[in-house]
Amino acid sequence: MRHHFAVRIGPVGFRIGSDWRAPIAQLESLYAAYPKPYDGVPDFTVRLFAARPWRRFARAAVMIGGDYVLPEAAPLPLAQGLLAAEMGMNLQMALGQRRYLLLHAAVVERDGQALILTGVSGAGKSTLAALLSLRGWRLMGDEFALLDPETGLIHAFPRLISLKNASIATVAAEVPEDRFGPLLEGTPKGSIRHVVPDATAVAAMDAPARPALILFPSFGFEAAARDVSPSEVFVRLTQASTNYVAIGERGFDALTALVNSVPARAVDYPDTASAIAQVEAAWTAR
Amino acid sequence: MDRALDGWLLAAALRAPESVRTLDADGWTALLAIARAEQMIGTLAWRLDGVAMPPGVARILTDARASAEQGRVIALWEAEAARRALAPLGVPVVLLKGTAFVAADLHAGQGRSIGDLDILVPRETLGAVEAALLGAGWEWVKPDPYDDAYYRQWMHELPPLIHRDRDRMIDVHHTILPRTARITPDAVALLSDAVEVAPGLWTLSPADMIVHAAAHLFADGDLAGGMRNLWDVDQFCREFALNDRHFCLSVYERAWEHGLLAAVKRAFRLCHQLYGTPVVGYTTPITIDLSPRLSDRAYLRRVTARDGWGRATRPFTRQAFYIRSHWLRMPPPMLARHLWIKWRQGGAGPASG
Repeated sequence: MRHHFAVRIGPVGFRIGSDWRAPIAQLESLYAAYPKPYDGVPDFTVRLFAARPWRRFARAAVMIGGDYVLPEAAPLPLAQGLLAAEMGMNLQMALGQRRYLLLHAAVVERDGQALILTGVSGAGKSTLAALLSLRGWRLMGDEFALLDPETGLIHAFPRLISLKNASIATVAAEVPEDRFGPLLEGTPKGSIRHVVPDATAVAAMDAPARPALILFPSFGFEAAARDVSPSEVFVRLTQASTNYVAIGERGFDALTALVNSVPARAVDYPDTASAIAQVEAAWTAR
Repeated sequence: MDRALDGWLLAAALRAPESVRTLDADGWTALLAIARAEQMIGTLAWRLDGVAMPPGVARILTDARASAEQGRVIALWEAEAARRALAPLGVPVVLLKGTAFVAADLHAGQGRSIGDLDILVPRETLGAVEAALLGAGWEWVKPDPYDDAYYRQWMHELPPLIHRDRDRMIDVHHTILPRTARITPDAVALLSDAVEVAPGLWTLSPADMIVHAAAHLFADGDLAGGMRNLWDVDQFCREFALNDRHFCLSVYERAWEHGLLAAVKRAFRLCHQLYGTPVVGYTTPITIDLSPRLSDRAYLRRVTARDGWGRATRPFTRQAFYIRSHWLRMPPPMLARHLWIKWRQGGAGPASG
């Protein structure tokens, strides 16, 4: 393809090809501190292309292709090319990843132990992960937890943190401007702005961590916390996994071991300050 | 790198695994992308087992093998589910395509990606089979009445069904070419020569497997998945010829009975040119000349139409084969009506991207 870029995020190598220069330039800038894929051979390919040749120029719309794609995915305007690239990478993982059991979760680490934050879209995973990474935690990822069925360890996947709508301002109050990507307005999920993980997250991304606590945060409620039974955790995590069925027995064994060995709590929070305090309390009490 | 970055790169790796030693990082990247696009990465992983390669590539191929192995387990389980659903009818379940290859433990099944479950049943049992599958949790996929009626009236299979819990499709065939096609294979012979490979599960005879693959490629389809189908044929030829020196001759005789000799000869010629398949021609008792034809070039151009990004290339060649597939499938007035209806619905056209 005309323009391309390769990057390794945690253990997974990607190459992104594009009919346009702009999204590649943004990726090069935002992923500048990241290494290249192992042996120069990426695990997955993402393609950003024009639906018709003339659409590169007129009413430019970015189609997302790659090794694995959802046929109905709608094109995005060229101004959202960076989002298209990130969506493409996430799609390859969601549909093609077979080495790790993928859990839709944010992960942060302290003392070699991993805290898994999972929940529905809008629960505040990305925001919490970004804020915790400013408070002594290492960011391992804001989208996928990579559970290795062989070892039971979580591998880091610290791609750009994807902040949406109100959480952009919340995080911008604490994170320097130069770690932010462009503001993408009018996306299918509202406003989106990407944040580059800090230097620690990138430097330590090859170090896995032992899972120690699973939290189910919910934003917009009075502060409350409760234990979650292993059976409920199991069901919620199977629903939060994009490849649980595809991995088969290995995935079942890995998830059973995780659920049996790691405590889980549900945490309702009204604001981020409260959430951070509740997370720390749950971590101490685990 | 001076080798072409198209399907020939994959063909060379499958044909001579040691040849990958000379690949650089970009060559490997292109090879893996093409193999994935052709749904042959599991096959490639099997084929390259034991060959020296960079650790980063070995990781990817190890994952591909594990994934194909899981696919095999799921495919066999789906076949078992169909067998259980149809057992009360006393109808033998004849497996077709990928599921058949793994059920019979054939080389062609090693690492093969398997999509839907395809089965063949006697035409007169279709109604009972359909009812039994609906009763066992399968549901209709095609919401469009035109499509549904079209399948029932003219196709060689029922409209596809999908299982409501397992989310897996089943295609129930009663023969191997559409009823609109000019060629009418002998469906009764396909069934009567089927081979039982596990209790209650059958496959086509070895010769019929090749005839079916050739029919699928050249008399029905637009050659999508051609590299994979030709690899199946290559592996059959090599494996079945081990126990039968005149296996190719048996295939020709069988193909002639089905009216598919031209398709089989075409498949053998292309296999030989693409994968070096040791196919043999004959001068007696029948004359089979397998020397390359000029038209083979167009077929190989279509079959290998991929670039190093896994993209479909050569749109004009693709379009030509797409049109040809419909031309073969239907008489002209029917084709005109079909394309008109499809065009109004906003469909019709080869997959692109």
